[in-house]
Amino acid sequence: MATLRDIQRKIAAVKKTRQITRAMNMVAAAKLRSTQGRMENFEPYAEKFAEVLGSLANRLDPEIHPLLVRRSSISRVELLHFTADRGLCGSFNTNSITKAEQWVKDQQARGVECALTLVGKKGRDYFRKRNFNITEAHTNIYGSVDISFVNKMTGAFIERFLREETDEVYMIYSRFVSMVKQEPTLVKLLPIEPPKVEEKAEEATDYLCEPSAEELLKDLLPKHISVQILNAFLQQETSEHAARMAAMDNASKNCSEMVDNLTLVYNKARQAAITAELMDIVGGAEALR
Amino acid sequence: MGKLILEVVTPARRVVKEEVDMVVAPGTEGMFGVLPGHMLFLSGIVPGELSYNSGSERTYLAVTNGFAEISNDRVSILVDAAEKAADIDVERARRAMQRAKERLSKQRGTEEIDFKRAEAALQRAMARIKVAEKAA
Repeated sequence: MATLRDIQRKIAAVKKTRQITRAMNMVAAAKLRSTQGRMENFEPYAEKFAEVLGSLANRLDPEIHPLLVRRSSISRVELLHFTADRGLCGSFNTNSITKAEQWVKDQQARGVECALTLVGKKGRDYFRKRNFNITEAHTNIYGSVDISFVNKMTGAFIERFLREETDEVYMIYSRFVSMVKQEPTLVKLLPIEPPKVEEKAEEATDYLCEPSAEELLKDLLPKHISVQILNAFLQQETSEHAARMAAMDNASKNCSEMVDNLTLVYNKARQAAITAELMDIVGGAEALR
Repeated sequence: MGKLILEVVTPARRVVKEEVDMVVAPGTEGMFGVLPGHMLFLSGIVPGELSYNSGSERTYLAVTNGFAEISNDRVSILVDAAEKAADIDVERARRAMQRAKERLSKQRGTEEIDFKRAEAALQRAMARIKVAEKAA
């Protein structure tokens, strides 16, 4: 049986933990607001971009640009995988890693080599320990990602794709569905599959393009990949903060519950001690009579 | 006459969404104007000044690279950056221009990419300064 002082000490410790988790919850909430804002501001651009590219590319022959050509035999693929740099966000990283590992194993089972480009410390640690083939790993870059960084990343993928060092490029990131749901999502980056648009009959007329459609595509296609990667970064970041907020909220609640239970135990023990002392005194007084 | 719906969006935010009468934009092949009833049109956008009329009011924007789509009287301009004249930091643009000019004079012929970069930076800075001066 724990002594009174032990229980008291334990209560104090749990309360301190609760303070920390509460603070982390609030920090995550603040960060979430700012990244969610950025994500929402980016949405109209991404949507509009997909719309334009889709309507342009669907009018053209896919052979027109090497980035659109699907290869008949696929022997090497690449995966761009996102995880958080830090833990304490529930099963957020595990979910994403499990999905990525399963996917890589599936590829390997079909005899396809798979190289990884990793963003985030958690994913890097996991895959490095298990000797996966890692091309590149970026850590501690969330929050400082801008379009020029993403462009560099896109450039590297495109270069490897054109040199036929890889036949397909995919990415897995955690899509922000809602505050309580973040979903690891697989997206194909290369070769580019133009987003489908619903063609309205009246819109089937040809575009007037300046310069030619081919020239425009040359600019638009790499940009399309950058837009997708940037979108993934923003979604991933928002998801991370949302996941951490939920995890910390849970942790704080569990702490409160523990404090309640321990207080109950403490009070019981205190009462038992008082009763025992009283019995002693009464017993002593009885003996003196 | 109908109206145009102009939308200028950048990765960071939506800069303009307005009903306007006319848009003039810097295309890859030169400036072009858009009036209601324009045919389907797609063009690259280069750094320069974009302006639009709504009523008698004329507004200027500095834009950088991107592209424009015109369909059904909707003008969508997607660019890396766009700023209204009032929001332009002229000092910063001037410094950027200075830097770009220095780099251009020093590095001619050394490295192709750096040269192109500096040139692009110079164009962006000049577009911003031009627009800011027009508004002032």
